Amino acid sequence: MARNDLQGSLDLLVLKTLSQMGELHGYGIVLHIQRASDALLSVEEGSLYPALHRMEMSGWIRSEWKATDTNRKAKFYRLTPAGQKELQRAEKSFEQLVKGIRAILRYA
Amino acid sequence: MSIFRRIVNTFFRSKLHQEIDAEMQSHVEMRIADNIAAGMSPEEARRDALLRFGSRVVMRERITAADAATIFDAFGRDLRYAARQLRRSPAFSATALITLILGIGANVIVFSVLNALILRPLDVPRPNGLYNVVHKQQGYDNQSYPDYVDFRTKNSTFSDMAAYRIDRAGLSTKDAAYECWYYKVSGNYFDMLGVQPEHGRLFHASDEHGLNSAPYIVLSHDFWRRHFDSDPRIVGATVDINKHPFTVVGVAQAGFHGADLFLWLDFWMPIVDSPDPEDTNFLSNRGMHNIWVLGKLKPAVTPQQATDNLNAIAQELARQNPADDALSARLVKPGLLGDMFGDPARSFLAGIMLLAFLVLLAACANLASLFAARTADRSRELAIRLAIGSSRWNVLRQLLAEAVLLSVLGGALGTLFSTTLLNALTRWQPFPEFPIHVTVTPDPKVFLVALLLSIASGVLWGLVPMRQVWATDSAQVMKSGGGAAIVFRRFTLRDLLLGVQITLCTLLVTASFVALRGMQRSLHAPLGFQPQGALLAETDLHMGGHSGASITPVRKRMLEEVGRIPGVISVGIIDETPLGTGGSSTMIYRMGTTDFRGSNSAFGAKYFSISPGYLEAAGTRLLTGRDFTWRDDAKAPRVAIINQTFVHAMFGNTSALGRQFMMGDKVPYEIVGVVENGKYDSLTETPWAAMFFPLEQNPDSDTSLIVRSPLPPSEIVPEVRRALAQIDPSLPFVFHTWPDALAFVQFPARAATATLGVMGLLAAMLAVTGVFGMAMYSVSKRMREFGIRVAVGAQPVQLMRSALSRPLILLLSGSAAGLLLGAMASQLLAQIVYQATPRDPLVLAGVVISMALLGLLATWIPAQCALRVHPARLLREE
Repeated sequence: MARNDLQGSLDLLVLKTLSQMGELHGYGIVLHIQRASDALLSVEEGSLYPALHRMEMSGWIRSEWKATDTNRKAKFYRLTPAGQKELQRAEKSFEQLVKGIRAILRYA
Repeated sequence: MSIFRRIVNTFFRSKLHQEIDAEMQSHVEMRIADNIAAGMSPEEARRDALLRFGSRVVMRERITAADAATIFDAFGRDLRYAARQLRRSPAFSATALITLILGIGANVIVFSVLNALILRPLDVPRPNGLYNVVHKQQGYDNQSYPDYVDFRTKNSTFSDMAAYRIDRAGLSTKDAAYECWYYKVSGNYFDMLGVQPEHGRLFHASDEHGLNSAPYIVLSHDFWRRHFDSDPRIVGATVDINKHPFTVVGVAQAGFHGADLFLWLDFWMPIVDSPDPEDTNFLSNRGMHNIWVLGKLKPAVTPQQATDNLNAIAQELARQNPADDALSARLVKPGLLGDMFGDPARSFLAGIMLLAFLVLLAACANLASLFAARTADRSRELAIRLAIGSSRWNVLRQLLAEAVLLSVLGGALGTLFSTTLLNALTRWQPFPEFPIHVTVTPDPKVFLVALLLSIASGVLWGLVPMRQVWATDSAQVMKSGGGAAIVFRRFTLRDLLLGVQITLCTLLVTASFVALRGMQRSLHAPLGFQPQGALLAETDLHMGGHSGASITPVRKRMLEEVGRIPGVISVGIIDETPLGTGGSSTMIYRMGTTDFRGSNSAFGAKYFSISPGYLEAAGTRLLTGRDFTWRDDAKAPRVAIINQTFVHAMFGNTSALGRQFMMGDKVPYEIVGVVENGKYDSLTETPWAAMFFPLEQNPDSDTSLIVRSPLPPSEIVPEVRRALAQIDPSLPFVFHTWPDALAFVQFPARAATATLGVMGLLAAMLAVTGVFGMAMYSVSKRMREFGIRVAVGAQPVQLMRSALSRPLILLLSGSAAGLLLGAMASQLLAQIVYQATPRDPLVLAGVVISMALLGLLATWIPAQCALRVHPARLLREE
């Protein structure tokens, strides 16, 4: 259960990042999450790529090899309509989770 | 992502790895660049980047593990394990394979024939929307030419409609002469079917300008290849057909052989032309129904709309023409000569397909019980696997993999074996004198069906041990030491399967016995003539250029010359032999009829023209009255000899001699003789009224000489041939014994019997292996028990009873059920096989005896094993 939730939050972070930034490569996603969370959250490369691959297989994101600004070849990911839907679902369930945890914390 | 992508990933694992490596490489390089920008030394920057990443191999594994493609990997592992398991028990694998080869092979063969004759579209360039237009009444499939013309010009639902008929003629060139079958077709025929010429041109609707306006023929590709060495110079040449000149305008495209699936004719001729002047009357006679009509529906028109449209035209025609009184239209699928052949062939093939399916089902039941037994034997292994943490689903999947692997292997071998057989069947020409060629080579559809059947049957019998796996209590099984956990007292699923299997097998055995008996009877049924000891010499006098008044002298000379040969008892002529290919019928009217429309007729009757002496030569019994003489000629009053059915239909139980009737020609015919009933069209027909006319009062050029002689054909044929050659050496004759000539009408029954026989044999084999397997298994499992019982003094009979009572009970009840089902199913059979009835003591006895023999065969070895049990040795082994 717990594992699923953590994995779920990584998915949420990645999907959200892609929905905000449009198109991004794996390294860019790592940097963005770090920057946007004021270095509170850091994504491990070891978890990111398997997650990206899994999400691609689920049809949430699509990838394409392209050149970066510095003219390096990298694999860019973008959100699909299915991924958009998944993002909404994940956001909602995350908010509920947060609400639940908050309620429990207050109760305690 | 798509399932396709996953499959691709599985097969191109290395490609996926390369891509992951490239992506990681790019990531690391970007990190290094950023690190350097942040002030690290290149060395440090690189180290940091790699450290963050961790082990590349682990990462790669994690990525591929995330890939759902791993499912296929697991499946592959299951298959490999299954293959190892099957190799370890060769006896089980071999039995299962043979069973599957037979079961699936039989299905592939039957399905291929079904596919070739029924499912596959017509073998023409544009097969869509084609239908034969036949009458509403079953068995009346031909139209008259004027009706065809009206249908074609007045309809609004067909884009085009063509007419054709089949005929025979002699084709001769300077160097050679051939006896040919050919199509006479309307001018639009080729264009409607979308046929292209290989060489020269085809003829078109624009070539028809009335009677004998288009003396052209188009050769079939096959005929051109066989007899003209594929020489394109034949185009433009003139050939003689029945001694009339025709120009070869072209050769049709390769593979095109008309709109009938199994007929391969030699050439096409415009229907308005004919080598025989007398043979064009039908073009203007609404009463002569002798052409096939093939129509092509307009796009978006349904067959029902087209049928309504044609029937409206038919009603209008009926108002205008008395001869069209009963005209009606119905559309049937083309390819099998309308309904005449198509209907029985379709229902028979559907029936056989069902039987083949039952054989496969019986095979599956057989395998299921074998497999269940095998699973029971492996219960210890399965229990261990469950105990060390394998999920039940995994174990089940493993068992399923074994079943499917075996089934697919068996299916592949079965298909291979049936393809060989089908190729042989395609090369086989059952009747050398007819242009019949049944192409049943399997196509992709057949292979797909074979694959699906294999997988489905694998899943079917592979799922049977599911309950066993689910119910396995690992602790219990390991404690009790394997096999002993199986309860033998209870009635199990395996027993039920065996019972079902025996029922199916008995059904098939019954069906084959019924067919065999029907066949035997049909060979000995009264035909109304005696084929044994008679020889046929058939020709068409038109082929020798004889017509009109010159025909009778030629025939008289034939009878004289052949009658003079020593050893010939009697000789006669008939235009077309009964149970031959042709056979015409006409309407009969009572005396005093004035309005000769179809609905005023008394009944329909078959008619033949015969010479004096025919009845004696054919062995047809004359019951009362006289035979014809040569004085019954064209100038004499019309006379007829009729059969008993005719007498009964016209005059009831009173005498018919000297009384009269009329036909469409409105002339009274006097009855001078009555003969026994006979078979005229087929062996299964209901009795027809039939009548015979003197040759000269019903002129026709078809001539069949019946020569009765006790001498063997090898001695008499050369004599007859020499005698006939003296009269006209150019006249081609076909010789065969009368029983051989009947092979054609007996073919459906023979084919049905052979097919059912093979099915019955297959079923019997399956029943033997099924009962044997079960008896053997139960004996082997109870050896220890038997040993103890022998040790405490049990008699062999007691052992036998407990070892074999269950298989025997199953055998008995299954056989009884199968016999009952077989009796019910035989109603279907009766349509094809003459006089097929299950209420025949011989059939019943045959089935009972064969099932008993099968039972004996299947339980003999297990019984021997049970009897040879040696208590001391058995107990010691434990």
